[in-house]
Amino acid sequence: MSGHGHSDDGTDFAHPIPLPLLFGVFFALVFLTIVTVAQASFDLGSLDVAVVMAIATIKAILVALFFMHLAFDKPFNIIVFVGSFVFVGLFVIFTLSDSQLTSDSFEPKIDEPVVAEASM
Amino acid sequence: MSTTDVQTTETGASASASSDSTHGHDHDHPSFLAHHFDTPEQQFDSGKLGMWLFLVTEVLFFSGMFCAYAIFRMLRPEVFEGCSQFLNTKLGAINTGVLLFSSLTMAWAVRCAQTEEYKKLTALLATTLSCAMVFLGVKSIEYSHKWGMGLNPAGLFTYDPANPHPGGHPNYLLWLCIPFIAITIGVAIWLVVSFLKKNTFQFECAKPLLVVCLSFFAGVGLGTILESGESAEHHAAAGDHGDGDAHADHAVADHDHDHDHDADVEAAVAAMEDSGDLVALEALAADESNTGLQNQLDARRRQYEVAGSSVVSDVDEVDGTIEKATQNVFTPRTAGVFFSIYYCMTGIHAIHILAGIGVLVWLLVRSIRQDFNRQYFGPVDYVGLYWHLVDLIWIYLFPLLYLIR
Repeated sequence: MSGHGHSDDGTDFAHPIPLPLLFGVFFALVFLTIVTVAQASFDLGSLDVAVVMAIATIKAILVALFFMHLAFDKPFNIIVFVGSFVFVGLFVIFTLSDSQLTSDSFEPKIDEPVVAEASM
Repeated sequence: MSTTDVQTTETGASASASSDSTHGHDHDHPSFLAHHFDTPEQQFDSGKLGMWLFLVTEVLFFSGMFCAYAIFRMLRPEVFEGCSQFLNTKLGAINTGVLLFSSLTMAWAVRCAQTEEYKKLTALLATTLSCAMVFLGVKSIEYSHKWGMGLNPAGLFTYDPANPHPGGHPNYLLWLCIPFIAITIGVAIWLVVSFLKKNTFQFECAKPLLVVCLSFFAGVGLGTILESGESAEHHAAAGDHGDGDAHADHAVADHDHDHDHDADVEAAVAAMEDSGDLVALEALAADESNTGLQNQLDARRRQYEVAGSSVVSDVDEVDGTIEKATQNVFTPRTAGVFFSIYYCMTGIHAIHILAGIGVLVWLLVRSIRQDFNRQYFGPVDYVGLYWHLVDLIWIYLFPLLYLIR
């Protein structure tokens, strides 16, 4: 084992990401940012949040796969990271459904009196 | 021992030579390889798993704030719509771009650490650091502008639509800049001293760090330009947005400074136009000598002066029903909660940027020392992962906070 031939004993574990791939991901991210800013000027109604979150999620997946090397990483690291989002989902869903049931007690429907409404 | 096989690269060999002199052990292992690991790969994988676990705790930590956001947005969607008009989309978009670019340079830096391109590695780490500083500079403009307007967290929220730019507050921007000014001066002194003492290593460290410190002020300048452009547009197109309450107030309050009657009428008309009171506008347009309507405007103007509050702009709430009354989202309580969430999320994100700057400076110094090689690039990779996670959080924060209509 001499020179740079490490791969046979498994020590050549560095996987340099090719530069064209890095730049490609970067320009895709910039493009998606422009798209998400542009779509803010269209009224998509209730789809709005869904569209925004979908674009953000595509960007997040691009960052995770290529910038964070998840596409080439050990499966266990992927399971650990992706697993955390399962728990985030559980946490948010449970808390939201709970607050929907009990929100009246901590978020009264009538706000404090609005100033200078009496003009008419 | 398997570790001896690993010593094949030039840098690895020189590192092992130095480790022999420092440790004096009989076995031969590279200085970067801890005793309890067999191979550099094992060490790298262990460190990486640890980093991923840390990132998981970060994701869960931020999810608490995203959850608070979700609850409040579910209960009060109109508050989010109204209050996010106060967030400058241009500044947010610029910061998104800066952060994405820093992510690119960081990922590239990891590549350079793996391919042992030390000059490039140092330059790319310095670029990442500079982007972080630009981000913070733009952020300080955003924060100081909002504090100046009284757009504070709940409890401290003092925004008054009639007087959106109250005087008498401290110069928040200066206070935010003071730590950075102090650090910049310190680094500049360090640069000069290390140059005079002919300490090449320290001089090489101080050079990029001075550029990094100066980038903060570039960010402040960039933010100032964008903010001033936005606020001019903001006043010109006051109330352009659907609910327009506060924006119309903006316009009226600004025009109120000159006590010219015509200007006031124009402002009121503009406010009415913006708030969609087309009937009144058409009536006024049809007959300019309609003194009755002008008197009404005059009365409203006086009322406005007396009340010092939003009288003119509420002209569209003629029906005065309770549904309309609750539509006002700029009460200290509801808007304060929005800004609490805003400051909490962006503030903790900014603290993460600061922490990232700390570890990146450490990497920069080690990169100048040429600590990394194709078998030992773990620290660069781990900091890269952290930096990308910070970027990832901002990818969600930007549309959720800045782009609500």
